[in-house]
Amino acid sequence: MKMELLYEINSGVTTAMKFRTLLRHIREGTKNIFRNGWMTFASIAAVTTTLILVAVFLALVLNLDQMARNIEQDVQISTLIDVTADEDQIVQLGEEIEQIDGVAEVQFSSNDNELSKLIESMGDEGQAWSMFEQDNPLNHVYIVEAGVPEETEVIANQIEELDNVENVLYGKEVVEQLFQFNNYARAIGLALIIGLVFTAIFLISNTIKITIIARSTEIGIQKLVGATNSFIRWPFFVEGALLGILGSLAPVAVILGGYYYIYNNFANVINFRFVELLPFDPFAWQLSGMVLVIGAVIGVWGSVMSVRKFLKV
Amino acid sequence: MITMENVSKTYSNGVTALNDISIHIDRGEFVYIVGPSGAGKSSFIRLIYREAKPTKGKIIVSDRDLSKLKERHIPYLRRDIGVVFQDFKLLQKLTVYENVAFALEVIETSPRSIKRRVQEVLKLVGLEAKEKMIPSELSGGEQQRVAIARAIVNNPKVVIADEPTGNLDPDTSWEIMKVLEDINSKGTTIIMATHSKHIVNTIKRRVIAIEDGVIVRDQQRGDYGYEI
Repeated sequence: MKMELLYEINSGVTTAMKFRTLLRHIREGTKNIFRNGWMTFASIAAVTTTLILVAVFLALVLNLDQMARNIEQDVQISTLIDVTADEDQIVQLGEEIEQIDGVAEVQFSSNDNELSKLIESMGDEGQAWSMFEQDNPLNHVYIVEAGVPEETEVIANQIEELDNVENVLYGKEVVEQLFQFNNYARAIGLALIIGLVFTAIFLISNTIKITIIARSTEIGIQKLVGATNSFIRWPFFVEGALLGILGSLAPVAVILGGYYYIYNNFANVINFRFVELLPFDPFAWQLSGMVLVIGAVIGVWGSVMSVRKFLKV
Repeated sequence: MITMENVSKTYSNGVTALNDISIHIDRGEFVYIVGPSGAGKSSFIRLIYREAKPTKGKIIVSDRDLSKLKERHIPYLRRDIGVVFQDFKLLQKLTVYENVAFALEVIETSPRSIKRRVQEVLKLVGLEAKEKMIPSELSGGEQQRVAIARAIVNNPKVVIADEPTGNLDPDTSWEIMKVLEDINSKGTTIIMATHSKHIVNTIKRRVIAIEDGVIVRDQQRGDYGYEI
């Protein structure tokens, strides 16, 4: 190890790349982009298509994940009281619930109160429900809060055993359904994205192969006059990364524009208690950053494949 | 400078290009490599700048044992060796100046030293007035002089020339020989494979003759020795 180090120093070589050299690699890589016109275009288009899909799926999956987590975090259990229970029994039930381990708070809400909450949550359309005010079909409810979210299920099961309880509602089923839907979406999205990523990588590596072949004389002379392998390879990595980054520009625009539009136009409509879109800032920016990085990685990967196969240096 | 000990080279297709050759070339020598086509001259030359690897034997070039040389150290060997070919191998889109500067750029020389050094060697090969031209605007002899300038621009210890006059008419060939002799007189070792009887017999130097992969003659101030 020491010997090699000494050797490199003796050869007048330092391992750190000079800034001037880095600039040179970037310049050469950029030139290559313009060299093979429509293959460059095809590569960029493939990256763009891939990344738009990646972005849509990521936005969907991350939002659904967030919703599921919100619901999970919701520690409220609605205990629907049997309509046949009289006042004493209701009070007794309330006391019994309070005695369960882990229960933090128990609050009584009458059926009238529940109805007005329902009407309120539905907005304008909720007015239709006002006709039920005379003949309320809803139950009286005990709203129970667990001290910690993880105990919600245990507490709910215990409440279900008590007398005069018609039903116990809490977020579990919704959460499970959401998670399941999310899993499906993820599987399908992932398969699609992997296929597209490989197409994009393939196209990029082909584009770079063309560059390598076009510059084979130059590369041969570089080797002859003592250019190091990394010196020869760098411009191709730059070219790949640039193809990836150029391909991610349109998707970034789509994310920023699209998410801004959706968030501002639909966020209010679909905001129920749990269902809440991730806020534009920082989510859209983070997603854009992610897409940009994925694009660059695809590009570099494509160039690494070509360089390995076609650049025997 | 260059030592070969019992070197053999067999290609993957089974052809034995060199068979158990041993040779020593000192610093500052001027050596002709002669012999019929396909005798192993090119293999001999390719072994020196580690374009090919010997199947057997030991090669030492400017204190480096090539059989032990790691792939990633090959570039540093090449910086000690200038190579000139029959077909010049210039980049057609670059000017004379840029073609020569290219060899310094890839080894990360500073722009100021590049400028000074390139002008120096262009003067040495007599092309300082044509530095802005591109190769297609030059004669064959001028193009070969550019190639020589590129080969010597980073001060190599040895210049290897594989039939440098092969594509040139006799008058132009003398031009090239004059430049190579110049370089040699400044202390650079020159190894030149050639088919030119006229040159070998006129500018008398050490002659190494290779036939069927073996050295059949090694003679100071030798003759070409073949009838063409």
